[in-house]
Amino acid sequence: MSANLIPILWESTLQTLYMVALSTLLGTLIGAPLGIFLATSRRGELLSSPVLNTVLGLAVNAARSTPFIILVVAIIPLTRLIAGTSIGTTAAIVPLTIASAPFIARLIETAIREVDAGLIEAARAMGAAPFQIVRKVLIPEAMPGIILGLTLAVVSLIGYSAMVGAVGGGGLGDLGIRYGYQRFMPEVMLAVVVILILLVQAVQSCGEWIASRFDKRAPRNRGR
Amino acid sequence: MAEPAISFQDVTRRYPQKAAAGDVVALQDIWLDVPQGAVTGIIGRSGAGKSTLLRMVNGLERPSSGKVIVNGHDVGAASDASLRAIRREVGMIFQHFNLLASRTVAENIALPLEIASEDPARIPARVGELIERVGLTAQASRYPAELSGGQKQRVGIARALATAPRVLLSDEATSALDPDTTRQVLELLQSINRELGLTILLITHEMGVVRDICSHVAVIEAGRIVEAGETYSVFSRPGHATTRSFLQGVTGVAVPHFVAGQLRDTPQDASAEAVVQVTFTGRHATDPMLARLTAERGVSVNILAGAIEEIGDKPFGSLIVGLPSGRLDESRRFLEEHGLMTEVLGYVG
Repeated sequence: MSANLIPILWESTLQTLYMVALSTLLGTLIGAPLGIFLATSRRGELLSSPVLNTVLGLAVNAARSTPFIILVVAIIPLTRLIAGTSIGTTAAIVPLTIASAPFIARLIETAIREVDAGLIEAARAMGAAPFQIVRKVLIPEAMPGIILGLTLAVVSLIGYSAMVGAVGGGGLGDLGIRYGYQRFMPEVMLAVVVILILLVQAVQSCGEWIASRFDKRAPRNRGR
Repeated sequence: MAEPAISFQDVTRRYPQKAAAGDVVALQDIWLDVPQGAVTGIIGRSGAGKSTLLRMVNGLERPSSGKVIVNGHDVGAASDASLRAIRREVGMIFQHFNLLASRTVAENIALPLEIASEDPARIPARVGELIERVGLTAQASRYPAELSGGQKQRVGIARALATAPRVLLSDEATSALDPDTTRQVLELLQSINRELGLTILLITHEMGVVRDICSHVAVIEAGRIVEAGETYSVFSRPGHATTRSFLQGVTGVAVPHFVAGQLRDTPQDASAEAVVQVTFTGRHATDPMLARLTAERGVSVNILAGAIEEIGDKPFGSLIVGLPSGRLDESRRFLEEHGLMTEVLGYVG
């Protein structure tokens, strides 16, 4: 591989990191409250509002069933409205966020539903208000699951970010297609794949380590 | 008599069903007063409705009709906000402890104080006091996963006491524990009852728990209270078949196996021996009535099994004896005239 490709690889890696980091952050800001609400708003639950729960559940499912590449193209007007342009790395964050938010919402919903109903009952018996139960019981108890869910979301976003080259988003995936495939430079393709593997590996290990720090359920964490 | 701490007044709880089959009735026509400062047990089989009954005290369940009065508040009619205030006066412990895995022992005990918006500066002192009361000072910074079942329940008890409630509800608190640990936890509950004057209402399916710490008991069967009163009088004169079946093996003694295998409902011949359970209560528990039966009436008494124990601080004796079936009626009359209770269990021979 010629030396002049190194800066391009580096730049693409930074673009990927930038897109993934921002869209994870924004996706979590939207997805976390949504997931918490979905987990607690069925009939008879803490924030019982079955109609809103059903409507939001349908919206989440709709967003999740749209193939990402179609989503990217379909929401170009919205992207232009939010980012001022529909092309470029920053613009790509809009579809990435819109794809990640419902995914993160479902992951957080699942993690919160894993919390033993007995804990909710105990908190209610203490006189806790629904919001206190969410803040002091559900979120802390679901934390290991939430962290692992977010790890999964980041890994998925790394994959999605490869597709935003279609709207000039840049990043590693785009580099792999343009140089590796279209210009017949297999060494670039290989480099891109290796960097992606390392990225995913690092994210996964990091997520698992953080989750284990939060997880006090097993005695192996004795004397942390 | 003082106001009861908890009063169930004609309480019914139905669960509406979607199918046209009609509602499921979990509780029906419940009238029950739980006295202040006492330990009261509600005993019943699973599905009898005892859990629903207990949860009405802190409003986790609401009655379909009737009233539940706790410390003078009508819990069933309380608004959400006033219900939360009432709940801070009612502690609760659970069969599976329900501790937060993400919090240490001290942090778990602090939770109800945080929920009650207690001044954060005052929480550590209060938590320290509670940890000491339940004997877990060394475990204060451990997580629940590192504790034994008995220790977890002690944390549960300390947590339930954090907001200084006047009533403690116990939902099968010892059912997941081994006999030794059960005894320790019951002793802790008893000492809390005595030292803090706390009213305790517990539900259980084990008559041993009632015998050991309850001064009052209510027996519940298929959503109805079939018998209620002071433990001692219920134990000595059980009026309902359910009560008697719960009492079997808990008070006194069971019929020895070698006799039980031969028991028949009717005597086969004149030499048959009647197997009789004789229950002695109160002051009679220490009278030598069987010796007098032999000495004064010449009836030979064959003692098969027996024990004397204390229930509600009073002696309670139970004997299983063989009496000649020909003299059975006369012997029973003699014993009952002297304040003992007899029940014919069957005949041998």
